[in-house]
Amino acid sequence: MAYALCMVLIAIGLYGVVVKKNVVKIVISMAIIGYGINVLLVLIGYRMGGCAPILGQGITAASFAANAVDPLPQALILTAIMINLGMLILLVAICIRLYERYGTFDITEMRKLKG
Amino acid sequence: MVSVALKRFPDLLANLVMAALAALALLTIGQSGICHLGGWQAGLGIDLRLDGLSSLMLITINTIGLAMTVFSVQYMTRYTSKLRYYSIFLCMIAGLNGIVLTGDLFSLYIFMELVAIASYALVAFGCEHEELEAAFKYAVLGSVASAFILIGTALLYAMLGTLNMADMARGLAEGGMNLPLLFALALFLCGFGLKAALVPFHAWLPDAHPAAPAPVSAMLSGVVIEAAGIYVLIRLVFNVFTVQLVPDLLVILRMMGVVSMIVGGILMLGQWDMKRLLAYSSISQIGYIVVGLGLGTPLGLIGALFHLLNHSVFKSLLFLNAGALEYTTGSRDLRHLGGLGKSMPVTSSTSLVASMSISGIPPLNGFWSKLIIVLACIESGHPWLALAAVIVSLTTLAAVLKVQKHAFWDAAKAGLATFHEVPLLMRTAMLMLAALCFVLALLVLTGLRTPFLITPAVDALSAWGRNGPGCVMCGMGI
Repeated sequence: MAYALCMVLIAIGLYGVVVKKNVVKIVISMAIIGYGINVLLVLIGYRMGGCAPILGQGITAASFAANAVDPLPQALILTAIMINLGMLILLVAICIRLYERYGTFDITEMRKLKG
Repeated sequence: MVSVALKRFPDLLANLVMAALAALALLTIGQSGICHLGGWQAGLGIDLRLDGLSSLMLITINTIGLAMTVFSVQYMTRYTSKLRYYSIFLCMIAGLNGIVLTGDLFSLYIFMELVAIASYALVAFGCEHEELEAAFKYAVLGSVASAFILIGTALLYAMLGTLNMADMARGLAEGGMNLPLLFALALFLCGFGLKAALVPFHAWLPDAHPAAPAPVSAMLSGVVIEAAGIYVLIRLVFNVFTVQLVPDLLVILRMMGVVSMIVGGILMLGQWDMKRLLAYSSISQIGYIVVGLGLGTPLGLIGALFHLLNHSVFKSLLFLNAGALEYTTGSRDLRHLGGLGKSMPVTSSTSLVASMSISGIPPLNGFWSKLIIVLACIESGHPWLALAAVIVSLTTLAAVLKVQKHAFWDAAKAGLATFHEVPLLMRTAMLMLAALCFVLALLVLTGLRTPFLITPAVDALSAWGRNGPGCVMCGMGI
């Protein structure tokens, strides 16, 4: 169920990228795709009733492996968030410059390039 | 004095870095090994892995990169901030080197994003209408591709419990294919197809590549689509998902390859913007490489990897020629150029070398790799692919001769005769690449079926699966 929901989230993002004409809305849709993927990654590492993957005092490796959720996807998400952030900043910067040049956010009115 | 030295410092530093990297890349020939970063034992930490294929790609990336920085010293004075240009450019080089060296799928994703973000920034570098628009299109399509790749990676991790590519290959060989894995494979094909600009996914390339400054277009067309698209596709298809697991994969690759080859070859004929024409020809040359891969035979792989190396050399040379024309005349529209053959002898002759090479005229390097691909097509029983490859070669010849004729050989148009040749360092970079076009042709002297440098790369593709059932080359007599 939860997997289906994050696929829906990704699909909403893709729909926005394809259909929307406003560059800012396209950027927002890109961000939604990114969140959808991050949620998917969290779900992959999740375990019902699992505890946080911190190897504190008094926890043996065996009980850690038996109870904790998978820490690897969580580490991946941190990196993925950073990358999405960098991407988002670059896209927004390009949008601002585009607005300066064309005076509009409508992508159908930016027609210097064809084909 | 001091201010001049400071002004020269970025040029000097970038060129020294690239020269060192190129030298290091040449040292990797014939070596292989795995480095476990941070001292983690195998399978837990991040691995760097060097084999024949990585070594081939390292040499491609860093020698072309060196030529680009040499060219940039004088070319980039047209733009405002050289310092920023070099820092983004070197970021891209770092990412490219990372892609070909990494041994696990997630760090591959990170390096790929590093390359992608750097190249979006470089495409937008001019900050004019076309550049920004092209960069936006490129960035949106590129990040959709990255999203697909990340979902694919997540699915693979969920199914196999590892991100290390060698472990994944082992897991796949033992567990076989199932539906989620096939879905992941489809996502990878779309994602890397977008990155490599194969035909259903090619729309961004003819906009993005011409918009960037010339050395960057050369790098994007010659190296980035190969390292971030084709190289990873090769790794995934032949090392991780082996061909035995998904037999239809080769058919898909062949179809995509031949369609890219033909569509790119036809569309390039109608272009008048020189860089746009070259961008379409990149699509068609990538098609050749993918057709060679799609054959799956050792000879096909040799042809594909050899063509990959050659394409990076002649395509970056052609983009540099376009850059040199733009540098002197301020235009790259072929209808406004003419008669430059006399005033720009070096640009004209190096462009001729690259044109002959890209359209497969002997004895240049492009001829040999195309010959090997055509032979491999016939040998594996696909005569129609061979025919298509030859015909597309002819359309390529027609298109590049159009460039030569309109830019260099035609009578000069009014006011064009007074131009001079480009500065020394730009000429050096072009001559360097033109010389490489001849030198690489010598690789076939070491054996048409076992060329030096290419054979270890092909061997690397079979090495990972050699211990398991997923061996690509088993019984194919290499």
